[in-house]
Amino acid sequence: MQETSRRDTASGIALPARARRERHPVAFVLALVIAAIVLVPVAVLAAIAVTGTGADWPHLARNVLPGSARTTLWLLLLVAGGTASIGVTTAWLVVAYDFPLRRILAWALVLPLAVPTYLAAYAFGEFFHFTGPVQSAIRALFGFQTMRDYWFPDIRTTGGAAIVLSSVLYPYVYLTARVVFIMQGRNIADVARTLGAGPAKVFFRILLPVARPAILAGVALVLMETINDIGAVEYLGVRTLTFSVYSTWLNRGSLEGAAQIAMLMLVLVLGLVWAEQWARRKQRFHGARATQMKAKPPRVRLAGWRAALATLSAMLPVLAGFGIPLTVFGDYASRRLDQIASPALHAAFVNSIVTAGATALLTVASALVVMNAARLSRTAAMTVVSRLAAGGYAVPGTILGLGLLFALTRFDNTLDTFARDTFGVSTGLLLTGSAGAVVLACTIRFLALAEGAIRSGLEKLPRNIDEAARSLGRPPLASAREILLPLLRPALFTAAVLVFVDTVKELSATILLRPFGFSTLATHVYENASRGVVEDGAIAALLIIVTALVPVVLLSGALMRDGDAAL
Amino acid sequence: MSRLTPSFSRMGLAAAALASTFAILPAAQADGVVNVYSYRQPDLIKPVLDAFTAETGIATEVLFLDKGLEERIAAEGANSPADVILTVDIARLAAAKDKGITQAVDDADINEALPAEYRDPEGHWFGVTKRGRVIYASKDRVADTDISYADLADPKWQGKICVRSGQHDYNLALFSALIAHWGEEKTEEWMKGFKANLARKPDGNDRGQAKSIMAGECDLALGNTYYVGLMMTNEKEPEQKDWAKAINVVFPSIDDSGTHVNISGMAMAKNAPNRDNALKLMEFLASVEAQKIYAAEVFEYPASPDVEPSDIVKSFGALNADTLPLAEIAAHRKAASEMVDRVGLDDGPAS
Repeated sequence: MQETSRRDTASGIALPARARRERHPVAFVLALVIAAIVLVPVAVLAAIAVTGTGADWPHLARNVLPGSARTTLWLLLLVAGGTASIGVTTAWLVVAYDFPLRRILAWALVLPLAVPTYLAAYAFGEFFHFTGPVQSAIRALFGFQTMRDYWFPDIRTTGGAAIVLSSVLYPYVYLTARVVFIMQGRNIADVARTLGAGPAKVFFRILLPVARPAILAGVALVLMETINDIGAVEYLGVRTLTFSVYSTWLNRGSLEGAAQIAMLMLVLVLGLVWAEQWARRKQRFHGARATQMKAKPPRVRLAGWRAALATLSAMLPVLAGFGIPLTVFGDYASRRLDQIASPALHAAFVNSIVTAGATALLTVASALVVMNAARLSRTAAMTVVSRLAAGGYAVPGTILGLGLLFALTRFDNTLDTFARDTFGVSTGLLLTGSAGAVVLACTIRFLALAEGAIRSGLEKLPRNIDEAARSLGRPPLASAREILLPLLRPALFTAAVLVFVDTVKELSATILLRPFGFSTLATHVYENASRGVVEDGAIAALLIIVTALVPVVLLSGALMRDGDAAL
Repeated sequence: MSRLTPSFSRMGLAAAALASTFAILPAAQADGVVNVYSYRQPDLIKPVLDAFTAETGIATEVLFLDKGLEERIAAEGANSPADVILTVDIARLAAAKDKGITQAVDDADINEALPAEYRDPEGHWFGVTKRGRVIYASKDRVADTDISYADLADPKWQGKICVRSGQHDYNLALFSALIAHWGEEKTEEWMKGFKANLARKPDGNDRGQAKSIMAGECDLALGNTYYVGLMMTNEKEPEQKDWAKAINVVFPSIDDSGTHVNISGMAMAKNAPNRDNALKLMEFLASVEAQKIYAAEVFEYPASPDVEPSDIVKSFGALNADTLPLAEIAAHRKAASEMVDRVGLDDGPAS
């Protein structure tokens, strides 16, 4: 309550929380319903975890968790460091400086977002393997014959996995950091510079602190993607907690033990999120609105080796995270062009787009309702609910999918029994028999992405902006539609793109919950990978990348336009 | 309505898209259909299923799922559309039976076609094809190919062995078989020696191990027999032919009992809605015709003693399969998985 009243003072609204909530009953109830649905799989998981006897723990505690927890923490640390440094450096370069290829690189830096981690891991593994182009070139250059003649770093290590994951996940940080730098950074930086601060001092003392919330929000998404990843770490032989979840469940037949580890991971992630919130509880940065800026301060033009270094620094992440996967899968695909005519592939393509489109819109709408209710009510309970709901992102997809599967089949079978007893007709597996289950699963999984984008959009708006409209007599829904939605459109678009792209890439929940005859591009690739021939899925892999690419490019372009309009 | 913002009209589109997604319904339990829930990749079983449809006129629907198949069928309960379950590993068949999602089948044709050691004594599952877990040995660097599983722990191979993750189904089945023969204590000693002999941390898949031998990273590797046939005939990636050329297939023995063999198998789902069609499919999979297709297309050993393996597979040499009942091997899976963790096999050789 202390938190609530303090924030109220900050926003300048004197009404107590209870009174305000009563003024938004519809918004509040709707948000609670969404949050309840989203919490179902996590609740089912918790219930499974509680039924466990704990018989797995002597083994887990002695032989499994110390190692996998250490590996996971190292991986999280390295990926956080990697994505933060790549994302922030490149964002600052393209915002503040001018160098050759800057305009192209500014949007190309988002491209790796289109590459799923499991494809990146495979592509890196092949590219840097003994028979791959890099080592082949080294051998040709120095006349080596076998692997034992020279040393080459192994990509199949925790460090290697961190490089792979950082290469495709850094755009989350790049996107959020770039927006902040464009909106606020340069003005503050200019002020600081006129007061005599040097470039390094401006960056580290002024810009980084200002951008910190945005950077951390990006890093938080990266870390959740890292902790739930199974495809990449399994391929690279890195035993994380998620790997232990799978081996406990599948190899030792203990879903309870697996659910217990998953809940532990969830607590870890929520702890991290809350720690980050707590650390910046007293910070608020209300920058000037972009539209208020009239002058367009020039970018610092770089020349000579500085320009070359800047171009190279901004180009390397794109080459690694996008160039390597494109090269490897493009090569395989070039020998399988006949697959392009395959009807199964067309169906998978359409299914991917329809599923991802439906998921994106459902997720953004849900996140908007939840975040708006959280904003209006500002109670600790609503904040907790919205956070907890987003926690699904950190749970391994298959495990989350299982939680949903159990809930949906229970619903289906109860309904079926009821319908048989009452009306004498069978409704069968109503939900689990349709692709709706996949859409629901992805919505639940990726709500965190949409919430994050919308939250940062809301944070840029003055807190009482629609209160103003309402005090002038507009009803709540109308003021939300007329004031909030138009202002939030960039954030909603970002949210929709992120969810769309992640749904196109999503594999584990989709494969578990899909009905008969329903393939997506991701399941198509996986079917081939599961029999050791990822090559045969190369066309589908490229289609995933292309499908994800279109909205990513649109997003990047939209952000550029916003940015340029602001400058 | 004219005041709707573009994002609202887009939401209308969304609702339509969502509705159309829900409209994609599964193949119903119509006549003339058999629904297959498969751990096996659809492309691998397609030739056999096509032949089945051509012969009987019964259509097949396949749902591929390799993690959570048992949980899904159990959760679907009485309404599950699953008729036949296909898996690639004995432990998965045993787990399906333990979970109560299978039913016993007592069919004279099937029992006659498939040997008893590849059938569940209670008739809940049947082995359709066999694959040996063998040693891939470097043609260039390993002259003496008289190597047993026990020899893999011999210090003379230090730094020379490659393997995929110890937690993978195929390796766990081998370790379970060793536990069944040797007991836990001896197997754990062996696994420590095996770990010490690894060239690197376990990773990749079976084909990747052959590739590593070609690259000179290691001299010996564990792998399944059929991958060698698939690599030798890979026209799309001819590079894989070189990987296969770099190795000899060695049939190791567990003491004098023979080579560890795993099966791909089938079971009838407990609530199979199309029971008659399911039985027809199972009879067909056990038949000489289907067994021949398996042998020719995917280089597996037919479970039926009446059908010969393909010429390529025969060129590896004679498979002398361990006759220990598979159900006994499956029972040690949990112990094997815990042992892999305890020994730290997946951490690789001590550095």
